[in-house]
Amino acid sequence: MTEQITFAVLSVILVGSALAVVLSKNLFHAVLWLAFALTGTAGIFLLLDAEFLAAVQLLLYAGGIITIVVFAIVVTERLIGERLTQTNMRIGGAALVSVVLLGFIASVLGRHPLPVSRPEMPGDLTRLIGETVLTRYVLPFELLAVLMLAGMLGAIYFARPED
Amino acid sequence: MGLQPYLLLSATVFSIGLFGVMTRRNTIGILLGIELMMNAVNINLVAFSRYTAAVSGMIFTVFTICITVTEAALGLAIVILLFRVRRTVMADHLDLLKG
Repeated sequence: MTEQITFAVLSVILVGSALAVVLSKNLFHAVLWLAFALTGTAGIFLLLDAEFLAAVQLLLYAGGIITIVVFAIVVTERLIGERLTQTNMRIGGAALVSVVLLGFIASVLGRHPLPVSRPEMPGDLTRLIGETVLTRYVLPFELLAVLMLAGMLGAIYFARPED
Repeated sequence: MGLQPYLLLSATVFSIGLFGVMTRRNTIGILLGIELMMNAVNINLVAFSRYTAAVSGMIFTVFTICITVTEAALGLAIVILLFRVRRTVMADHLDLLKG
């Protein structure tokens, strides 16, 4: 019962802040709402017993991305010299496409049997994630490190001062 | 509680993100929509992983979170570069490749 209530509260927070992200007129407010939505997602992860992922979500997403986006807004605002407001266009068509997609996914979910209860996880989940990453998935893990290095170099190259 | 509510929630957030990507005219706004969609995918991965007791889904989520952060950093670098060249953020003004 507690799980249902927590899930309902988190869903309202997540959907509400997601709507605010795509609808708010001020770009800065949209970013702050995104931070709220990402924190709500961390709550959902906690509800799914994934404490480690909730921590990663807060550190990388809510911490990292929000900081980068805020910096980008501040920089571009200085370049443009006016407040970054944003408008939406073609709302009707886009809303139709989104609702049709949601209805399609919901109908597919309704037609297929899904598990109704959680199986027991074998042991401590965080420990399991750590062990599996460094044994079975060690190659993708190292590739990820290379990817992040390449991404960082690329970002620095793009944002280099004009010469 | 079953798996279905989590998948429905994730589908809702994904649709909202798609709506944002389609309607926003500001490039940074489009990026925020993409972040929402990625986030919905992560909820899906973790929920499936938990309800099938397979840890691979959660490791996938760690990877997708890291890749999304890289993508956001690069995307914003490109946005800043575009500002230097075109002095605009609006996606419909960025028509350099239009023949």
